[in-house]
Amino acid sequence: MTRRGILAYGAYVPFHRLDRSEIAAVAGKGGGKGTRTVASYDEDTTTMAFAAARYLLGTLGPGYEAEQRPTGLSLWFATTTPAYADKTNATAVHAALELDPAVPAFDVNGSVRSAAGALRAGLGSGRHALLVAADLRSGLPGSAEEAGGGDAAAALLVGDPTEATPVIAALLGEGSATAEFLDRWRAPGEAHAKVWEERFGERRYLDLGQRAWDDALKNANLTPDQVDHVVVAGPHARAVKSFQRSIGPVLGPDQRRNEVDLDATVGFTGAAHPYLALAATLDEAEPDQVVALVVLADGADVTLFRTTEALVDRRMSRSVAAQVASGGSVSYGRYLAWRGLLPIDPPRRPEPARPSASAAGRSTSWKFAFVGSESDDGTVHLPPSPLDDQTRRMADRQGTIVTFTIDRLAYSPSPPVVFAVVDFDGGGRLPVELTDVDPADVHIGDRVGMTFRKLFTADGIHNYFWKARKAGD
Amino acid sequence: MGSHGIRDRVAIVGMGCTRFAEHWDKGVDELLVDATAEAFSNLNTPIGPDDVDAYWLGTAQSGMSGMVLAKPLGLEGKPVTRVENMCATGSEALRQAAYAVASGAYDVAMAVGVEKVKDSGYQGLNAFPIPTDGTNRTLTAAAMFSMVVPAYAERYGVDPDELRRALARIASKNHYNGARNPRAQFRREMSVEQICALPSVAGELSVFDCAGVADGAAAAIVVRAEDAHRSTDRPLFIKALSLVAGNGSGLSDPSYDYTTFREVARCAEDAYAQAGVTDPRAQIAMAEVHDCFTPTELVLMEDLGFAERGTAWKAVLDGVFDLDGEMPINPDGGLKSFGHPVGASGLRMIYEAWLQLRGEAPEERRITTIDANRTLALTHNLGGYPGEMVSFVGIFGT
Repeated sequence: MTRRGILAYGAYVPFHRLDRSEIAAVAGKGGGKGTRTVASYDEDTTTMAFAAARYLLGTLGPGYEAEQRPTGLSLWFATTTPAYADKTNATAVHAALELDPAVPAFDVNGSVRSAAGALRAGLGSGRHALLVAADLRSGLPGSAEEAGGGDAAAALLVGDPTEATPVIAALLGEGSATAEFLDRWRAPGEAHAKVWEERFGERRYLDLGQRAWDDALKNANLTPDQVDHVVVAGPHARAVKSFQRSIGPVLGPDQRRNEVDLDATVGFTGAAHPYLALAATLDEAEPDQVVALVVLADGADVTLFRTTEALVDRRMSRSVAAQVASGGSVSYGRYLAWRGLLPIDPPRRPEPARPSASAAGRSTSWKFAFVGSESDDGTVHLPPSPLDDQTRRMADRQGTIVTFTIDRLAYSPSPPVVFAVVDFDGGGRLPVELTDVDPADVHIGDRVGMTFRKLFTADGIHNYFWKARKAGD
Repeated sequence: MGSHGIRDRVAIVGMGCTRFAEHWDKGVDELLVDATAEAFSNLNTPIGPDDVDAYWLGTAQSGMSGMVLAKPLGLEGKPVTRVENMCATGSEALRQAAYAVASGAYDVAMAVGVEKVKDSGYQGLNAFPIPTDGTNRTLTAAAMFSMVVPAYAERYGVDPDELRRALARIASKNHYNGARNPRAQFRREMSVEQICALPSVAGELSVFDCAGVADGAAAAIVVRAEDAHRSTDRPLFIKALSLVAGNGSGLSDPSYDYTTFREVARCAEDAYAQAGVTDPRAQIAMAEVHDCFTPTELVLMEDLGFAERGTAWKAVLDGVFDLDGEMPINPDGGLKSFGHPVGASGLRMIYEAWLQLRGEAPEERRITTIDANRTLALTHNLGGYPGEMVSFVGIFGT
């Protein structure tokens, strides 16, 4: 049966964790139990979206790229916190993924529901759609948004199956309910959302959710007891819990909960959350199980899938649970600094100049996709040499630290700069900045991999490039 | 084809050097006027700015074009060329002026170097930003050179604490020398213990492993060797002028191990050939080297042939490079005591060779290594970072 559905998935959980119990000591209120994820100062929704898409493509293997053109692949990027307005953000993800210029890339930005909309549109077309969603959730210090929010990205490849890319979760049915009401809102340019008295929204979401749930089951010819996994995602935490309770009694005895508790470890990750929670479920679901995705955001969108045997071979190399379990802590003070809520005295050094659009335009494959060059004798040049005819993809190569330093003088959005000379497996050397690293835990001989980051922002221009991070983290 | 040099064909007959300092009360114009005026003083046959046929002005980023010098000196119809070659800018100005005289194009030429660093409002030296794709490093020079330290310790099996003391010894020695030089920016002695106690700012380096930052200017008048004695009884003859601009391969070459500066070794080899030096340690009486950071000076001792590979740290601790050592290095106090006004530093080094070889250095820092066999002084200047640098080596004699 060539039923359309999900062909692959990926998710990215950033390295840093904020212990919510640290918040109240500073803010006087807020916080709570557990942790939330925190994107590093050098990450934004674009870099995280790429990281999730990279995990996704990693499950497909190199063969998929040749298929891109015939299957009419398109890229869709959903976020409530885009790095740029006016300018498309998906094009940077496109460049970092080295997608063919004929693959279009679009933003579906602004609201949490964008991710549900992208999924609906992608499943509707049949052609392959790479859906990426990423978010950075912030709130004023001490707010529920701050403690309950998290940063992450996730990606889904949807469409009709091909020989090389079978469906891992087939679409069974959809249901939606839309209504205009004010639950939360944020004026463009403002950093933090405001929320209405929450019982109003809770009531609306329960009604809308039930309606979409019933419609979806009806469209899929299913009864509630046939659903194995229910994933509910939405910014209204209380409504999400109420909805789960309200449908709980009608589900069958085998209904499963995710083993990874995203609320306790990650937080609500905005537009990324529907895909992230679905990814965590696909990490654990068995073949031939029914998975329901319920998004409660300015209405309700319910999508029902049935997992297939193909899922077993297409799981992410690092599950959501494994990513959640790794990582390192970030202090509340540093989190506030990274979010611009606690401005730190800059060094008495000039801030870096904005990168040149035209110079960057000439080196897109180096800057965004970390592609070097190779001479006829096999010598690898990083950055690429104008004398070489062959390119050399380096993004997935690991390397070894030859020597390193800690720079406490250089300008950095989060000093000090940790910097190392890295020799790559198979050739090539680059002096490069390290990230997600404890300066005291760097040694000659350490193994590193490459990650796409934002070096700094100048004149509103985000300067994207690659950094190294210790392998295995 | 070949690098033949201009050994003994051109002579320096007059030099000037301002004090290197935070010259809050002096701009580029005043510094240029001061340095050139001193160079014109004390000539047997007095000449002035109008008697110089051509000028080369070295400045990295204190002004554009030869007009930066033509204006304050009020030059009428003179060729003035502004040159820039990173931190070797001052040396490069002399190199161009000397070649112009050697070619016969001019009778009298002047090399001037200047930098007004302290008007930027920032700490350290900060290069003028050139538009790029944004993927270039933004690390400080201190951090780049600090990577030499763990690499050197690893390669030669040197105990990190002992290496730390050797680096501090280099700084301490240069401060000792600078304390005896009225033109230096910093004139306070610093003990090894004091330096070792300071917190690190870049790798293992503390602020006192780094050169200072200062404003300054220096100048040299060059003429054909046969004309030199008209101007002075004790000219300084140019024995070698060598320059190597690296291709940056050290950054991407896995065989480069950060314990040497290949450009410098190559440049020294060329300079020694030009000057006919076969045993640097036996023939050279002193050297002024580019001690931008203490590990730089350490590695330079080996690249310039003053110590065997892997042994410079020991020679440092043994006092070989002290003012009264076998091979005095930076007797004027070096970049460490002078600071580094980029365009001026190369000429400031030659100024010390000028004083020492002519016996004009004050007694308290006069070297004692000059004898019948050792009559030469070497100056070395580099710009850039380990793996990608320009290097200059000059050799001078009386």
